Amino acid sequence: MHEMSLAEGVIQLIEDAAKREGFTRVTGVWLEIGQLAAVETEALRFCFDAVTRNSVAEGAKLEIVDLPGQGWCMKCCETVPMTEHLGACPKCGSHQVQVTGGTEMRVKELEVE
Amino acid sequence: MCTTCGCGPDEVHIDGEHHHHDHGIAYRPRGKGHDHGHDHPHDHGHDHAHHSHAPGTSAARMVQIEQDILSKNNSYADGNRAALAAKGIFALNLVSSPGSGKTTLLCKTIELLKGKRTVAVIEGDQQTDQDAARIRATGASAIQINTGKGCHLDAHMVGHAMEKLDLAERSVLMIENVGNLVCPAAFDLGEAHKVVILSVTEGEDKPIKYPDMFRAADLMLLNKCDLLPYLTFDVDKAIAFARQVNPGLQVIRTSATSGEGMDEWLGWIETGVADVAQAGQVKAAPAAKPAAVSYRPVA
Repeated sequence: MHEMSLAEGVIQLIEDAAKREGFTRVTGVWLEIGQLAAVETEALRFCFDAVTRNSVAEGAKLEIVDLPGQGWCMKCCETVPMTEHLGACPKCGSHQVQVTGGTEMRVKELEVE
Repeated sequence: MCTTCGCGPDEVHIDGEHHHHDHGIAYRPRGKGHDHGHDHPHDHGHDHAHHSHAPGTSAARMVQIEQDILSKNNSYADGNRAALAAKGIFALNLVSSPGSGKTTLLCKTIELLKGKRTVAVIEGDQQTDQDAARIRATGASAIQINTGKGCHLDAHMVGHAMEKLDLAERSVLMIENVGNLVCPAAFDLGEAHKVVILSVTEGEDKPIKYPDMFRAADLMLLNKCDLLPYLTFDVDKAIAFARQVNPGLQVIRTSATSGEGMDEWLGWIETGVADVAQAGQVKAAPAAKPAAVSYRPVA
């Protein structure tokens, strides 16, 4: 999916934060990406490298924290782990599973100077 | 000139006008062209203490951001939604692969609603204003957004297009997204619903090949149904695949050519218009949440 747009979303949040907090250099960026968020993390790393050039985050280390996929199985009436989009319940095999976690795409924190 | 923000994609044109920007983030890599030299490896010299969040240099500190990567887009979408709610406008974001018959279906819809309900259209394509011209030929007002290299509309572009369209109260706004079954799924434009159009000349398995879009939609129009006698397309299978990824998805079989399903589709739209009007009487539009930011000094 559009990893370039996501990388631009990240740098936008960083630049907004730089204005607010008055830092001039970012040395580390922590992202939380859910396993079901349809983000190719390798593509995101490549795009991050491209969009951070000549910005406050040039050369910053990018740490991507994977968050596990989770869903609520309507048949089992409980939260079950999900590893893929189509999400059959690993216990009963039903597709009546509502995704409840793992679609996050967040900038968690920055290390700044 | 951008009146609300001054940032956004460089290559975007709204009705042929260049949407220009002199600051902020553009839809392009920074620096001169694509330098793939990678002379700034991500891990150079920063392997100290990152995982413990306790950098060695005294000037370094941690800043908590805790914001969704798409929060900027989402705040524009909230603004659009509030502007639409204030006028009781029912907005739909029409998404599909290229060639599903979105524009033809829209033209037919506008024709059938003529005299009953005002429809305005925002057309998204990478290039040309062919689609907006087709819509205008029906008598409806339409504005074209050319995304240039962009693969989807975002809420910021749509907000500007909405400013240019003189939207009538209690009307319908149709936003025809760029033909693409992947990227537009993630971008809220401020619409009431995403409507995905799947034509029967495509494969039945599109919903499981591109699940994000079918999951993001509330309604699927199974279009070009007049062609079914000439095809091996299995309607039940397609609907089963779509409900596998989105159990709550509503489905209407349509054909702009034969008129099949158009009454049901128009009825669905009217219900939406009534819901928006009712919501407007019950509550005001929710305001955008302020960004949560806090400091954590590094020891």
